[in-house]
Amino acid sequence: MKKLINNAEDVTVEQLKGFGVAYKDIEVHFDPNYVNATGAAKDRVALVSGGGSGHEPLHGGYVGMGMLDAACPGQVFTSPTPDQMYEAGKMVNGGKGILQIVKNYTGDVLNFQMAADLLRDDGIEVRNVIIDDDVALKDSLYTAGRRGLGTTVIAEKVCGAASLEGYDLDQIAALCKKVNIHGKSMGMALTSCTTPQNGTPTFDIGEDEMEIGIGIHGEPGVERTHIKSADEVTEILASHILEDEAYTRILTEWDSDKGDWVDVEVTDITFQSGDEVIAIVNSMGGTPISELYTVYAKLAEVAGRHGVKIVRNLVGHYITSLEMAGVSITLVKTDDEILRLYDAPVNTPALRWGV
Amino acid sequence: MNLEDAAARGAVVTGAVIRAWIEKSAQVLAENRRYLSELDSPIGDADHGNNMDRGFKAVLQKLPDGDDSGVLLKSVAMTLISKVGGAAGPLYGTFYLEASKPLMGKTTLTGTEVAQLFDVGIAGVKKRGRSDIGMKTMLDALVPAANAFRTAYDTNTDVVVALSTASKAAEEGMKATIPMQAQRGRASYLGERSIGHQDPGATSSYMIVQAFADAAAGVPG
Repeated sequence: MKKLINNAEDVTVEQLKGFGVAYKDIEVHFDPNYVNATGAAKDRVALVSGGGSGHEPLHGGYVGMGMLDAACPGQVFTSPTPDQMYEAGKMVNGGKGILQIVKNYTGDVLNFQMAADLLRDDGIEVRNVIIDDDVALKDSLYTAGRRGLGTTVIAEKVCGAASLEGYDLDQIAALCKKVNIHGKSMGMALTSCTTPQNGTPTFDIGEDEMEIGIGIHGEPGVERTHIKSADEVTEILASHILEDEAYTRILTEWDSDKGDWVDVEVTDITFQSGDEVIAIVNSMGGTPISELYTVYAKLAEVAGRHGVKIVRNLVGHYITSLEMAGVSITLVKTDDEILRLYDAPVNTPALRWGV
Repeated sequence: MNLEDAAARGAVVTGAVIRAWIEKSAQVLAENRRYLSELDSPIGDADHGNNMDRGFKAVLQKLPDGDDSGVLLKSVAMTLISKVGGAAGPLYGTFYLEASKPLMGKTTLTGTEVAQLFDVGIAGVKKRGRSDIGMKTMLDALVPAANAFRTAYDTNTDVVVALSTASKAAEEGMKATIPMQAQRGRASYLGERSIGHQDPGATSSYMIVQAFADAAAGVPG
């Protein structure tokens, strides 16, 4: 294992300390670990997200004006615990409630739900929206369902802007759910990655192999194949996303009228000719930005062939898996509301415009 | 009813037994740390034993004095929730948290209250995990244990005997997870490849039920 670390046991804390030194507008807290934008969300909905570390800049890099109020990092590839989201929630609550944005991994979902219960016991209103946009997984009936990928970044951006515009908690939760069903993603890996605590690669992959449909913790994808060209890889990922059929699954959400968690059936969109989308071409960590441009060019071509127009794009490192080489593609169908909120000013370590 | 006599006859569980249960759970999970993580390796992320051991070590450190069963179990819940992580933290946390609620202020539990402890704990896990028996989870050990406990206790009103019966049922339930295909958690993504492996969550649950039976029977630690 070759890593720029001091001690494998302490990486999360050391890296959080460094994050705090680098960004003076962000406060870093330990025991429990979380980061928050300086100053509470006064008279507006507060946004809290989080997940395992190792996906930077997700989520701490998206804390700041116009995006998240707080982020809760777990250990590398391990979900954060409810005490983190509980303390972060109390810190940033501005009296209008909290929206939790949660990627669909069993640990993340359960820990955020418990935190929501604890906050509610303190009289703080919480909504909890799950992002499950990974089209690599076709079936949800006998699994924990599709995983959360790049749509998370767009949801955090759009909902952050909505909070500043004065959306109330139910409106912002509805918006977040809309972004989720408008977004589809898929990733692939050329190499594995190594978590500091394990010290050995998360999975084995041959020099001439690639894994299509990889998860951000190195979970198996849909297919292990001989390595292909950038154009062929992009064609595969983009086609899976653009031709993905409507996906129906059961998601758990808080019902404030019933005062209980309820299961709700949710169906996402399919892309149609004439759609306008926000596209993310994301490095899994080890793939250089230069290679992402090759992917982006092909993506624009494939989308165009489907009559889908990319109206905004992000090309770079947005939701990574340590040093894994590979790429993920996200397409989020826009409408006037999503595009207006996406274009609104944002000032975070990893996303900044209009300021 | 004289409580000491009742305890001696196996009719009730004292707060001291609840404390011993927690201590024995910590002990057995520490002894089986590596085994549980090895079970987790082919179908999960090879950390279940480490997480449970770390969690229960912290439980012992933070366990309050006294023999209020509800207070003791709630302390277990809150510590596991903050120390275990993954899915096991909130699921076991929910089990102990829900189990603690009807037992607040109770220093002695009747068999009926022990049955209730299992039932409300299991109901919480089912709800939190959106899961039930047959999905290759901790419920495959806990549910048979609870059912066996109730049946055995209704038959002879001896908590010690009923817990021993429950432990055997949990062990059978644990073994029954081997041919199952996982439908929840990270193992579910493996589909048919999850078949043939004993579920680590069902295994730790069996160990915890066994620890309860040992504590009630006064088996030395």
